[in-house]
Amino acid sequence: MRGVLALVLWLLLAGPAFAISDPAEALPDPAQEARAVAIGQQLRCLVCQNESIEDSGADLARDLRRIVRQQVAAGRSNREVIAWLVARYGNFVRLRPPFETGTLLLWGSPVLALAAGGGAVLLARRNRPAPPPPLSAAERDRLRQLLDRT
Amino acid sequence: MNRRLLLLAPFGVALVAGGGFLAMLRREQAGTFDPRGVPSMLIDRPVPPFSLPGLASSDLRGRPVLVNFFASWCVPCVEEAPVLMDLRRAGVPLYGIAYKDKPEATDAFLSRHGDPYARLARDLPGRVAIDWGLTGVPETYLIDRDGIVRWRWVGPLTPEAVTAELQPLLRRYA
Repeated sequence: MRGVLALVLWLLLAGPAFAISDPAEALPDPAQEARAVAIGQQLRCLVCQNESIEDSGADLARDLRRIVRQQVAAGRSNREVIAWLVARYGNFVRLRPPFETGTLLLWGSPVLALAAGGGAVLLARRNRPAPPPPLSAAERDRLRQLLDRT
Repeated sequence: MNRRLLLLAPFGVALVAGGGFLAMLRREQAGTFDPRGVPSMLIDRPVPPFSLPGLASSDLRGRPVLVNFFASWCVPCVEEAPVLMDLRRAGVPLYGIAYKDKPEATDAFLSRHGDPYARLARDLPGRVAIDWGLTGVPETYLIDRDGIVRWRWVGPLTPEAVTAELQPLLRRYA
């Protein structure tokens, strides 16, 4: 029993070992490395597709990470590095799609949702029944009678 | 009236969305739609300049050729091998680029499954493949006589793809 418990504890400790980042890949300059990571996190791994190349363990992702780092070390801007990859893999490689005609609906969807919600609220307001007219003198007398009886 | 319309709206949305998903599924089953497909940036553009042991971009001129990226470690490539051999027998010029593959392993693969390639290049670091926008092996590209990429197929070539897509294109660019 104690052995099992110890094993479980050890396995819990092993969590960080899942991080695939190989320190040998990193650039020596921490500022450049941070930039390379920031660029890599915006780029889709073409093999696993829902991971960025920074998170992916695929061979191709590792090659792309290396290229990003070479270009960062060569002094290229973030925009230039991403453009280099988009020229080869298209906008599909960007995890954050650019704003253009093809993505108008995608980027416009929050505005559309807000408009639809606002429209629904306005419609509900307009359809709300009018408040009842104030009581007439006869009704007020009747009400007083009813209240006095108690 | 308005209230009933509002009540019906969610059903309308569900109907439209359901219809859309059904159409996507149908097209996926028919093989005309791949949600994971990465469109090639090379279509109707010249081949990216490259020079590999065995093949250079300047060799891809003068007549239409197929360029096939493959590797000995790639299982779908085994599946594709007979289709490529059929193409070779049909006289289609086919150039192979071995992607991230040890030369001995490539040679063993070709002697085991047949060698359909008129020329063989080796891209051991896989760097040229990235210029082509390769997402995996196998991938096959049709290059016309002017060195312009006209077609790309991702995954193993099937006899259906050859008759439905490749053969008409080969006739057009012959």
